[in-house]
Amino acid sequence: MEALANQLPIGLSIAAVLLLIALGLTFTFGQMGVINMAHGEFIMAGAYTAYLLQGWAGEQSFLLALPVAFAVAGLLGLLLEWALIRRFYGRPLDTLLLTWGVSLILQQLARDLFGAPNVQATAPGWLTGGIDLMGVRMPYNRLFILGLAVVCVVGVWWYLAKSPQGRRMRAVVQDRELAAYSGIATGRVDRFTFLLGSGLAGVAGVALTLVGPVGPGLGTFYIVDAFLVVVAGGLGQLRGAVIAAVALGMLNSFLEFWSDASLAKVLVFVVVIAFLQVRPQGMFVLRGRSLV
Amino acid sequence: MRSRLLKALTLSLTLPVVLVAGCVSEPGTGASPGVGGDGIKVGVLHSLSGTMAISEVTVKDAELLAIEELNASGGVLGKKLVPVTEDGASDWPTFAEKAQKLISQDKVATVFGGWTSASRKAMLPVFERNKALLWYPVQYEGLESSPYIFYTGATTNQQIVPALDYLAAQGKKKLFLVGSDYVFPRTANKIIKAYAAAKGIEVLGEEYTPLGHTEYGTLVNKLVDAKPDAVFNTLNGDSNVAFFKQLRSAGITAAGTPVVSVSVAEEEVKGIGPDNVAGHLVAWNYYQTTRTPANDTFVKAFKAKYGVDKVTSDPMEAGYNAVKLWAAAVTKAGSTDVEAVKKAAGGIAIDAPEGTTTIDGGNQHVSKTARIGVVEPDGQIKEVWSSGAPITPDPYLKGYDWASGLAP
Amino acid sequence: MSSRIALALCVLLLAVAPFTLSPFRLGLLAKYLCFAIVAVGIALAWGQGGMLVLGQGVFFGLGGYAMGMYLKLSEAGSAGLPDFMVWSGVEELPALWKPFANPVFALAAVVLVPGLVAFLLGLLVFRQRVRGAYFAILSQALAAAFVILLVGRQGITGGTNGLTNFSRFFQLDLTDPNGQRAVYAIAAVVLGLVYLVARLVIRGRFGRLLVAVRDGEDRVRFLGYDPAVVKTVTFTMSAVMAGLAGALFVPIVGIISPALLGIVPSLELLVGVAVGGRFVLAGAIGGAILVNYAKTAFSEDFAEGWLYLQGGLFVLVLVFAPKGLAGLVTGARERLAARVRKERVA
Repeated sequence: MEALANQLPIGLSIAAVLLLIALGLTFTFGQMGVINMAHGEFIMAGAYTAYLLQGWAGEQSFLLALPVAFAVAGLLGLLLEWALIRRFYGRPLDTLLLTWGVSLILQQLARDLFGAPNVQATAPGWLTGGIDLMGVRMPYNRLFILGLAVVCVVGVWWYLAKSPQGRRMRAVVQDRELAAYSGIATGRVDRFTFLLGSGLAGVAGVALTLVGPVGPGLGTFYIVDAFLVVVAGGLGQLRGAVIAAVALGMLNSFLEFWSDASLAKVLVFVVVIAFLQVRPQGMFVLRGRSLV
Repeated sequence: MRSRLLKALTLSLTLPVVLVAGCVSEPGTGASPGVGGDGIKVGVLHSLSGTMAISEVTVKDAELLAIEELNASGGVLGKKLVPVTEDGASDWPTFAEKAQKLISQDKVATVFGGWTSASRKAMLPVFERNKALLWYPVQYEGLESSPYIFYTGATTNQQIVPALDYLAAQGKKKLFLVGSDYVFPRTANKIIKAYAAAKGIEVLGEEYTPLGHTEYGTLVNKLVDAKPDAVFNTLNGDSNVAFFKQLRSAGITAAGTPVVSVSVAEEEVKGIGPDNVAGHLVAWNYYQTTRTPANDTFVKAFKAKYGVDKVTSDPMEAGYNAVKLWAAAVTKAGSTDVEAVKKAAGGIAIDAPEGTTTIDGGNQHVSKTARIGVVEPDGQIKEVWSSGAPITPDPYLKGYDWASGLAP
Repeated sequence: MSSRIALALCVLLLAVAPFTLSPFRLGLLAKYLCFAIVAVGIALAWGQGGMLVLGQGVFFGLGGYAMGMYLKLSEAGSAGLPDFMVWSGVEELPALWKPFANPVFALAAVVLVPGLVAFLLGLLVFRQRVRGAYFAILSQALAAAFVILLVGRQGITGGTNGLTNFSRFFQLDLTDPNGQRAVYAIAAVVLGLVYLVARLVIRGRFGRLLVAVRDGEDRVRFLGYDPAVVKTVTFTMSAVMAGLAGALFVPIVGIISPALLGIVPSLELLVGVAVGGRFVLAGAIGGAILVNYAKTAFSEDFAEGWLYLQGGLFVLVLVFAPKGLAGLVTGARERLAARVRKERVA
């Protein structure tokens, strides 16, 4: 029983990592139909930003790394959208291949800039260790990631619900043409969405330096799982992404507890495929008038 | 009609390129492989791209350093060595393909290469079929002895068995096994379990994760609940970083539950962060800190060539040795002919950075000194135990009663 | 007329290759032909049917393992176990392996296993109208799951090492240059057959239906056809082609392992098709051969550059020539024809 209680926070913290990564993806996917395979490399860019800042300013730069990584990854995303992706509207599947090509280039670039081996990113002292809550161990770094995910979700929710820019974004998600006719500059909204989504990937990258390796392959470890969250949650749906991330995180942690890591991964895939049989468009479907 | 024309066009554009490339680049053949007018060609085949590049590039560097040193001292048989470098691209079929290319097209005298067991298994038939030589420089799972491969890394009785002996001597009675899901960890754990069964050691758990796995929360939980005396770690590459970071944040300390790793060397320690792994144990045959005159020269030469911040590690040293051992065998045989070199190789010894190592003529492995080390906070590894003298290689563990059920 | 001459020329080139190329280069060419066979299937599913298949590695692997299992057993003899089972501690031949000792069963499995898996999967997925990006991501997840499964069941599958060390392919001695030439010839013939089948399919009624499904699935449904059936059949065909290619890959390259089947290799299979032109079969074939040749050439001379080139190639083609090289050729021909017409008028 104690073991099961221990798995709960693990599941939550896997969910938090998944959510941080999927949050940006689900909007670029939902709003623009862009399947951004280079999202993983924006995570990598965030992680390397944390590493570089550490080199300049020591380990206390960790908190500073969060906004800086947001800016770095966001600008990379903006550049990608402006240079390439905006030429691809109406060809969503092509964006998948296009961004995969970009991700290969970025990975090799990281290898040439920082070397192939993993670099060393040290967690700040105040994030090492953990607390015992009623017999359940909670490492500080996992608590931090959990908190960060909550802050990001709330921030994104506030942005979508309350800010004018966010409302314009929702309008574009719901009906691009109508939004355009109503005087919304959809191109600018798209660019901003991409900036936001990529920036969130950068933030996720900083968080991941606490628990994982920092190397050129960083993005590839997480990208498929994150896409499963997006697909299971439904396009562009904040609550869908949250529920799907928590569900997949829990599933992962408990399945691995009862079997092993390999089997757990395979079973998660099977569950998602089965789930899409029931809900082919994911958990929450945006009701629109279009047939397709 | 149109598609037929296009097929014709595209194919007729491509094929001549392929055909011409094939015809032009066939060099002439000599009596002894690799020996051209002014030099001896040798192949260097490691992953320069892909996931394994992290580890293999450093071994390639060490091998090229050895070749350069030999050339500086007059070469082999009075001829300079000319390295032909190829990329295995972390992909086993590519290793087989490039091995074939080095043998049949470049006609190299020998090949130094490989890291993963899978790449060696993929190359093995190529070398046996062409009766060519491969020098494989990484510790591996044993149970193999190809007549066309020389193994200069440790086999199990030179690394895993001494590590187990060390743990047993320290009074560790309960082990937990963690590994990446591939051949080396599974075979290593089979050996560990046989050893444990014979020596009254309890194996509390055996967990595998896919290569590249980075989520160790659940595994660490299982480990904490099992309360082992020590952990035996055969994880590979990036997974080690995640494992050690998450182990540490779960409050596991090296003092309470030491982890013995057999795939973590100086280079990996840098990526994990010495803070996260300091105090834990590793088992190898060589460390950068190993005190021999040959090692002083090796470390100095390596840093001079590749940069002062570079570290040297066991597989790099084994790759460096491989080149030197081959050169010694060629010198003794007076020829690069494969059969002559094989015949001459038995009993050849060199003063390697790890100490004296001798080629065993029977199984074509080398004798090696086993060393247990502890990771220091500065990222270096300090030796805490050594076998004192080189251990004779025994890839099938024939000299161990408890292992009788393992070898075929 | 000129196209016939060109066709004859390239058949001729394929025919003289065994006599002009060194066995090593011929082996490489044979390997490219395997990828070209997969490319035909991808062109069918993706180019004609609009299904972005990101998990073709799975079917390539199913075909390859079926063939590899037979070859392994025929080499091990009636009593022996394949070598990897011995060192994995497997003492008795697993039930899954037993039927593969029979060559007829193995050959049938090469076609039927990938076909059946694709058929069942397609039926499930397409009936529920999972499409577009959802399908693409699912097929990619399938490749990831397949690889993890293969690696995790080492005693049965050989784990990461896969199946290696084959010296015979039925009656052919693979160590002998003549045996290698024969295997190359088989690959060339299979490629020709697969190309003809795909061409017949595309030119026929079914092909037009398939394009209609790609361009407007709902319209096809309103006309009384079931798009799910059309898509499932096409997906199955492309899977069978990938399976055939996998089976041929085994004697040609001498290894089948999970490293060939995951997400990245599956995506790499698409590169050639995209570059050559996904809408034209010949373009896809030429593209697959060209890109794989470029990969070999590049990795021999500057290994680190290959990722830049591969990524860059993808980006450039998608931005400037979404229809691939074949699209460029067609475009040029049409422009030329237009100019000729204009001149005639003038």
